[in-house]
Amino acid sequence: MLNNEYVIQSSPHLKDKDSVRKIMYTVIIALLPAVFASVYFFRLRAVALYLTCLVACLATEALFLWIRKKPIQSLWDGSAAITALLLAMTLPPGLSLDLAVIGSVVAISIGKQVFGGLGHNIFNPALVGRAFLQTAFAEAMTTWVPPVTLHIDTGTFATPLGNLKFQEAIAQGTLTSLKDLFWGNVGGCLGETSAIALFLGVLILLAKKTIDWRIPTGIILSLSIFTGIFWLIKPNQYASPAFHVLAGGLLIGAFFMATDMVTSPITPKGTWIFALGIGIIVGLIRLFGGFAEGVMYAILFMNTFVPLLNRYSRPRILGERRAPS
Amino acid sequence: MPPPEKVSIPLLQHFGSPAKPLVKKGEDVYLGQKIGESTGLFSAAVHSSVSGKILSVDGAHHPLGKPVTAVTIANDGEDRPAPDLLGAEHPFSLKPEEICQIVQEAGIVGLGGAAFPTAVKLRPPKDKPIDTVIINGCECEPVLTADYRIMLEFSEDILNGAELVRKATGAERTIIGIEDNKKDAYKAFHEVKGNGHAEIVLLQTKYPQGAEKNLIYALLRREVPRGGLPFDVGVVVQNVGTAKAIWDAVSAGKPLYERALTVAGDGVRDPKNLMVRVGTPFQAVLDLCGGIKDNTNLLIMGGPMMGLSQWSPEVPVIKGTSGILAWPAATPPMEHNCIRCSRCVQHCPMRLIPTQLMKYVKYEFLSEAEDWGILDCVECGCCQYICPARIPLVHWIRLGKNQVTGLKRKKRVEDAQ
Repeated sequence: MLNNEYVIQSSPHLKDKDSVRKIMYTVIIALLPAVFASVYFFRLRAVALYLTCLVACLATEALFLWIRKKPIQSLWDGSAAITALLLAMTLPPGLSLDLAVIGSVVAISIGKQVFGGLGHNIFNPALVGRAFLQTAFAEAMTTWVPPVTLHIDTGTFATPLGNLKFQEAIAQGTLTSLKDLFWGNVGGCLGETSAIALFLGVLILLAKKTIDWRIPTGIILSLSIFTGIFWLIKPNQYASPAFHVLAGGLLIGAFFMATDMVTSPITPKGTWIFALGIGIIVGLIRLFGGFAEGVMYAILFMNTFVPLLNRYSRPRILGERRAPS
Repeated sequence: MPPPEKVSIPLLQHFGSPAKPLVKKGEDVYLGQKIGESTGLFSAAVHSSVSGKILSVDGAHHPLGKPVTAVTIANDGEDRPAPDLLGAEHPFSLKPEEICQIVQEAGIVGLGGAAFPTAVKLRPPKDKPIDTVIINGCECEPVLTADYRIMLEFSEDILNGAELVRKATGAERTIIGIEDNKKDAYKAFHEVKGNGHAEIVLLQTKYPQGAEKNLIYALLRREVPRGGLPFDVGVVVQNVGTAKAIWDAVSAGKPLYERALTVAGDGVRDPKNLMVRVGTPFQAVLDLCGGIKDNTNLLIMGGPMMGLSQWSPEVPVIKGTSGILAWPAATPPMEHNCIRCSRCVQHCPMRLIPTQLMKYVKYEFLSEAEDWGILDCVECGCCQYICPARIPLVHWIRLGKNQVTGLKRKKRVEDAQ
């Protein structure tokens, strides 16, 4: 054994088995219940949108990796696929496929690669793509088709939140029931409608500690308190916290978008501020803003504060006497 | 294990200043004879671990990778003890300073791994009274089990040693901290009646609890100030092995020339815990454990999280060698961008932000790195272990620590001029 070559390396000499790729594929698996639910409710429309976004996102990612002379294996790290799924899940089911392609290209290029790729982006890429579409094609992005399971043939159709905001649903008594919101038998973006499917997915992520539990907890808590106060004061004008939590994109946002590791804070205190902030902004937009829904802007808005939050919420070092700066 | 044919004893076995050699080539030495005299505060005496003839006083392989003078002795196999080694008749009636003197003469250093001279720890500054002695039975690293073995076999010696530490420092309380995966040791301490009144506390098993500052926090909820020592919160921490060594030195006059260590890892045919003489080459220890397997190319002194990889099995066991580990090295994994998953933040025992420190060092923001506590890092390795992007965080932080201390030293010199 004396002629053996010994390796010199820096400690530690052990390594946990988890990797970036494993984390990404865990997220994809966790998204699948909601993906299947959307295929059940919207049938071929859903399949077509998912496939379009996947192909467009992966192609854009590949192009950028090639331009930036990065190893092409990075294409399969799963991050572009997650962006594709999340983008598709936040699109209206009736959206034309060319717009889905535009959204995908913007999400990957401007949302992620211009910053330097995975790990360097400031905003959630899928939401950047969606925000672009929302601004550029506002009409197409707010035209909703009912789920196949509702058996309605009508040109105009409103989401539960749109109904609440613009059609005085509470006064008319047409507010969507919590039961329908829970199972997903309502209008809305592809993947956001079924609360139960999203819950199933997030259980996987929480069990594997892939996401920080503080984020969904903080968002739901602050939105509930915020909307709860108004609901208690004027129940005939404002919807209940349970309605606000289950309706629209709140759950998919709280479970799968705000929890994006790259665009959320790394310190515990910063994470709480981030999460509570999202919930309150969602409440503000929904109750007093011009839009029926506010999850996307709330998350993007709080994304901008992440570097600041990280800087000013450094934990107190063990043995440190002064207040943390 | 039986003493080897030849030992090579380095005169510096820790950070600090090397001992001054007291012997020359060709001289005969006894077992336990002092061969190196301590030269300052952070220096410890060195003793022969065999009896026999001195082959050389020269440079030799050193497990810490430093060029250090070592005394090489051919063992005559008789273990003739030095005649002047006598134990105290009434160990518990000694005065504190007498205990410190014996400990210093016996060359005792912390046996947890860092090998800090023990006598320094027994002489707290006058303005910092000590109220509690903690005996560390928390095994400084995973895989290593030598402390556990010592606790089972020498529970009484450890309790006696703990009592001596308490007397030397003038503390009121003695606490022995044991992790809850070593319940046998917990029982063993309860069964023997020591000459003291130590409290034995079971702690949750959690690396790096064997680290001084973390152990103090776990047991007493006291935080050692940044850059400070346990003295600052009225505590002295000693490893179980050190407590035994103190008892051996005081009661039997035995200087520190052997220690318990763990030989383990997938590359070792027959893993063991052994009592090994200081200066024994790693190769001799490994041979006794059935040798190492063919594909083994990683040899570590210490534990898997903080141990030092060795380039040759000819390096000697020193006072700080808590383990010898060997296994086939994994190919270095491909590094990824940091995805800010914050797992390193969640796992840092010092509550630092390893990923941010890494970035500061990488882009040479050294004063920011210092502000964010880079010097508080204990290099436990948790962040790098958990990192899914496989970033060598500890490596970057170590580099940064060196650069930051280098800058500080330079600044001090400039200020002095």
